[in-house]
Amino acid sequence: MPRKDLKPIGDLIQATGRGLDCLAGGFTIDPWKPVELSLITHAHADHARPVATRYIASKASVPLLRHRLGQDICIQGVDWGETLLLGDTRVSFHPAGHVLGSAQIRVEREGEVWVFTGDYKPDSDPSCEAFELVPCDTFITEATFALPVYRWPDGGTVVAEIIDWWQQMKRSNRPAVLFAYSLGKAQRVLAELRAYTDELVYLHGAVAPMTQLYRDAGIDMVPTELIDPKAPRQDYAGKLVLAPPGASGSKWMQRFPKASTGFCSGWMRVRGNRRRDGYDRGFVLSDHADWQGLLNTIEATGATRVLTTHGQSATLVRYLREERGIDAAELRTQYTDKSAVTPPTYEQASR
Amino acid sequence: MKAFARLYQSLDQTTSTNAKVAAMQEYFADAAPEDAAWAVYFLSGRRIKRLIGAALLRTWLVEESELPAWLVEDTYASVGDLAETIALLLAPTHDTGDVSSLSDLIEDKLLPLRGAEPAQQRAVVTTWWRTQAYERCYLINKLMTGALRVGVSQILLARALAENADLPRAVILHRLMGEWQPNAAFYNALIAEDDGAASQSRPYPFCLAAPLADAAGINTDCLASIETTLGPVSHWQAEWKWDGIRAQLVRRGGETFLWSRGEELIGERFPEIVAAAEKLDDGTVLDGELLAWKLPYTDEGVLPFAELQRRIGRKTVGKKLLNDVPCLFLAYDLLENNGEDLREYPLHARRTRLQALIGHSQSDDTRHGLQLSRQLEASDWSTLAEHRSDSRARQVEGLMLKRVDSAYGTGRKRGLWWKWKIEPHTVDAVMIYAQAGHGRRSNLFTDYTFAIWDDDVLVSFAKAYSGLDNSEIKKLDKWIRGNTIERFGPVRSVKPEQVFELAFEGINASSRHKSGIAVRFPRISRWRHDLSAKDADTLASVKRLIANSNG
Repeated sequence: MPRKDLKPIGDLIQATGRGLDCLAGGFTIDPWKPVELSLITHAHADHARPVATRYIASKASVPLLRHRLGQDICIQGVDWGETLLLGDTRVSFHPAGHVLGSAQIRVEREGEVWVFTGDYKPDSDPSCEAFELVPCDTFITEATFALPVYRWPDGGTVVAEIIDWWQQMKRSNRPAVLFAYSLGKAQRVLAELRAYTDELVYLHGAVAPMTQLYRDAGIDMVPTELIDPKAPRQDYAGKLVLAPPGASGSKWMQRFPKASTGFCSGWMRVRGNRRRDGYDRGFVLSDHADWQGLLNTIEATGATRVLTTHGQSATLVRYLREERGIDAAELRTQYTDKSAVTPPTYEQASR
Repeated sequence: MKAFARLYQSLDQTTSTNAKVAAMQEYFADAAPEDAAWAVYFLSGRRIKRLIGAALLRTWLVEESELPAWLVEDTYASVGDLAETIALLLAPTHDTGDVSSLSDLIEDKLLPLRGAEPAQQRAVVTTWWRTQAYERCYLINKLMTGALRVGVSQILLARALAENADLPRAVILHRLMGEWQPNAAFYNALIAEDDGAASQSRPYPFCLAAPLADAAGINTDCLASIETTLGPVSHWQAEWKWDGIRAQLVRRGGETFLWSRGEELIGERFPEIVAAAEKLDDGTVLDGELLAWKLPYTDEGVLPFAELQRRIGRKTVGKKLLNDVPCLFLAYDLLENNGEDLREYPLHARRTRLQALIGHSQSDDTRHGLQLSRQLEASDWSTLAEHRSDSRARQVEGLMLKRVDSAYGTGRKRGLWWKWKIEPHTVDAVMIYAQAGHGRRSNLFTDYTFAIWDDDVLVSFAKAYSGLDNSEIKKLDKWIRGNTIERFGPVRSVKPEQVFELAFEGINASSRHKSGIAVRFPRISRWRHDLSAKDADTLASVKRLIANSNG
């Protein structure tokens, strides 16, 4: 709890050695080291770590967090926009449009408003709540794809490409194995596919439990079936299989002879990334904001100060300072900081 | 152009050779001959010489994108490919521009750009950027910059064409060699019925050797294992493996053509070889090695590759250089004699004819530009191994083993020709600079500079790009990002902490390098996690290798 006798000075939210600390509120957002009270933006592993005594998150996030961090964690779920009084601050959660339940966290003290985005995307996505613009003074943003080459095509167009590829594989009697992160991306694909088909899609063991949690939350997706590793092998020719990228090149893949492989990720916008990891097809489908999405959002918040957490931070900061005249700086955090455009490994990932 | 862009995409989107061949067959079945000719041109690895400089394209890109120049540079550094960066930044989602055929695009629009006024070039090029959708924008940029690479081998291309035209693959491969103009007449001739007439200048596809270590089940450290795998030594013809330039010498119709393996005509640079070839009869094709060699000719006069390099660099050669660095063609196979294709004959038969031919033409002239590659005599494998242990002193890379009953194959056919190289030199060196690679290695730090100790200073002595596996590359990339000292454009200096064992083939003194030494084919053989920077080798110890290997 905050020490009433000590008046906190400096920034309302600061990157310390353990997370994004709010001294005035007595909590830490997305901590990576042990803390008492943590506020969690979303359930990806680099933001939600089992290091806190108590957790507060959006209601929609709670089942995902329990699955990832343990069923017995002490966690409070809050409604979108509901105000919590924590120490000297008023705190509320607002949809970030990244994955199911993902939140931006708004913190207000004495009329000064800060927003931390966690990861976010302003584009439409049938598998999660739509991004909400939250006006603020200081905006702490991710910068994963902060380079102008990252321009996302419309999600529907990309899913149409996936459908085309699947049809081609049907004609040539080969399995189509699509790699997508097990929380968020896989379910988005399953939800987007709904507009085209209701054919059964097969799931890797890491994707299935997350998909069930999405179904429990009422997300409409195509039917799916878990591939039981113990069951006798069957023929997947012409079938679509969803698996986490970590399964690529693993022994598990042996059950799909002659498979064509695809990977769903914003990184697939750049050819070298796809070629390097040996995927046949790259589908540009991201759960982060693209370059224009970042700039538009930053401008629309009306923030006079912008702090960046991870990704292409240096580029975004320089651009905002020099081209937009915004007071911008980098925060040092431990959120997956891949300035390398390397697809992160499975389960670490928030891509 | 649309069809070719689709073909390029299909080839890019699969690693299956059957799928690639099928995609090419589909394309060629429908393509007009004049377009097909250009497609063959590009698929066989030929390129248009760069039409517009990269610096100019970058300037236009900054202007067109309306982004700050530093951001465009950062972006380019991250993508690692200029053609792609342009397409990613500027190409519209849908085509709105002109759709010409491949040949029209190249002949009427691209090629005339050469030598046009910059303003005119800019107008044409930026219009493409604004109107062609991503795939075609990318492809046109690649064509313009002479950098288009397609992931198919010549053999795969020949397979697709041969199956479409119902011709033997060898006929197509042969017709693809040498110089030709990509036009309808060429394409029609390429797929025309086999009349047996080889075009005058054309070399044959080279037969390539595989490393002996790749032979199934072999342990190259054990002579018994070599004998078990290869059989008795009498089944093999052994020669030195030279460190020169593989070449074919073609003598037909009173003319001489000297072809490098890269299919370049290089006769002008080696007048002494062309002069020597004049005594050959018409209808002769020799396979062999270009080497710099001390005159008068003795068996042991070969000069280091660095000397030969001085000759390769020049289009025309002055008297002094001719005198300082004499070169010769060391013949080791006869592919055509009296106009007859001998490639199906067994090696021993070709060799007998070769010996007669060279003996006849040079008549023991010790200044002659054409010599015979000596066969090494050995009654058992251990004698051959002794020869091999002599390699370094003789400045060769090891031994070549060719089956005496083998036909002259096309490409890298396993089991007929083996290269049995000597173990490379190794040195432990510290990584001091790193730079991101290109293409599939863009965005990853994969180009490294290594240093060794000169007293207490680290001096850079070699660059290496290969030798690590993907997971090591990723690990090292991460380490580099976290341990950067300074950035110089795309290059980063890093903390001198990581030690690697580098392997290389040859080593020579060099005035061009700061360290005073130049190494040949450096590559990483191991990441020495067990060593720290202070354990790396010294310049003095590395220089001793020069003395040992050339002494």
